[in-house]
Amino acid sequence: MSIKGKAYIAGIYEHPTRLAKDLSLAQIHAEVAKGALEDAGLNKEDVDGYFCAGDAPGLGPMSMVEYMGLRPRHVDSTDTGGSSYVLHVGHAAEAIAAGKCKVALITLAGRPRAEGMATGTVPRSRGGTPTPDEPFEFPYGPTVVNMYAMCAMRHMYEFGTTSEQLAWIKVAASHHAQHNPHALLKDVVTVEEVVNSPMISDPLHRLDCCVITDGGGAIVVVAPEIAARLKRPKVKLLGASEFIKTQMGGKVDLTYSGARFTGAAAFAEAGVKPSDIKYASIYDSFTITVLMQLEDLGFCEKGKGGRFVADGNLISGTGKLPFNTDGGGLCSNHPGNRGGLTKVLEAVRQLRGEAHPKVQVKNCDLALAHGTGGSLGLRHGSATVILERE
Amino acid sequence: MAETKERKLPAPATSPETQAYWDAAAKGKLLVRKCTSCGQAHHYPRTICPFCFSDKTEWIEASGKGTIYSYSVMRRAPVPYAMAYVTLAEGPRMVTNIVDCDFDKLKVEQPVKLVFKPTDGGPPLPMFTPT
Repeated sequence: MSIKGKAYIAGIYEHPTRLAKDLSLAQIHAEVAKGALEDAGLNKEDVDGYFCAGDAPGLGPMSMVEYMGLRPRHVDSTDTGGSSYVLHVGHAAEAIAAGKCKVALITLAGRPRAEGMATGTVPRSRGGTPTPDEPFEFPYGPTVVNMYAMCAMRHMYEFGTTSEQLAWIKVAASHHAQHNPHALLKDVVTVEEVVNSPMISDPLHRLDCCVITDGGGAIVVVAPEIAARLKRPKVKLLGASEFIKTQMGGKVDLTYSGARFTGAAAFAEAGVKPSDIKYASIYDSFTITVLMQLEDLGFCEKGKGGRFVADGNLISGTGKLPFNTDGGGLCSNHPGNRGGLTKVLEAVRQLRGEAHPKVQVKNCDLALAHGTGGSLGLRHGSATVILERE
Repeated sequence: MAETKERKLPAPATSPETQAYWDAAAKGKLLVRKCTSCGQAHHYPRTICPFCFSDKTEWIEASGKGTIYSYSVMRRAPVPYAMAYVTLAEGPRMVTNIVDCDFDKLKVEQPVKLVFKPTDGGPPLPMFTPT
């Protein structure tokens, strides 16, 4: 069974806050749920499927189901880090195709900025019973940034990728973010500014890293018969895929991500190819994340990502592959340190023709959203969805 | 950037499955788990082989020789340190640190050798230094 054409994204909402000192975590989940249901033209009683990940307070979906007063007959709290919500779109479509629910609500919220979390630069133990990998990693000081940096270092060694090429990814995101009133960073930056920003962990500079923000977002995925009676533009799911890439028992290969597998599978299910895609939302925790995923999804050859992203090729209106036109995680928003949900949101805006006019892609009828969660250099979840405007 | 200050290293959490690895570390030896069914060594060590799922695995002592697969110098830390993956001569790549060296002279694929560094109340950690 395929999910192709079996589900539609009917509602989306992104919380405008980037600093949520005065909001509770549960409150943000509820506010984004309310926003996405209103966007769809549905109400809470219509929701019969609920999806959340590890950012939701409590045990799996239970506390949020109670807090929001939901009565789902299908729940899923699969957590693959920041990629979870892209994966949830695929799982929602599967549940809908199997008749387990008709209106699936996906929520994300987080407030690392209000909590003063040192997101990227401090090694973190999860606490409790250690994972089997933890004793062999945590004492050495793996952080978010240095594990991604090791991928960049190896990519540079194998393929000759340069810091200037990586910087172009941030430059493109900043060109888009200047038009987003909610973006945390609205200033356009240059390649020189990126490579001259302080080194955090070689070879990644401060401006190679995404923002740390509070906020959240929600997505409503519905059955075709529900979508047919709603007034919003119809965004159909054509393909979805997920994968967990690991250290493979010590056969570590930092030159590719799980996108190699999720891209191929999602394109095959959708029956389209990378060159058909008009707009791509690509997970952007760091510049290197984008570069590797573009290669792995098939937008360019492995090792040629540096050349592909250079010279503004990702800038909407001038480049060949407009990406992250909301400014992405690099400039706008990375709510709860989990950027997958906002990737889906901007893809839906583009397909609806509701992106900012300065970055709206003309005749945008086919888009891709991809998420990476966990650590690119240790173990990560990958999820890809391909969406079509009907 | 020369390494000047010693970092305080947290003790690894040991388990019954990996106690022998840490006991060997305390004696200055690095153990690798090898499967006698498929003949492949893996890391981190497991009782059941992650390649062929055989339970016929055993400890072997690593030579202590390796090369840097990738590294990154964490500049934004109280004491900067070099995170790395080292490819062991026995095959597996392991998460580790490169120590006792000038971080600015590190290279990918550089040969390294085993050293141990003490932890805060636990067994020492296998790390590597340029040969």
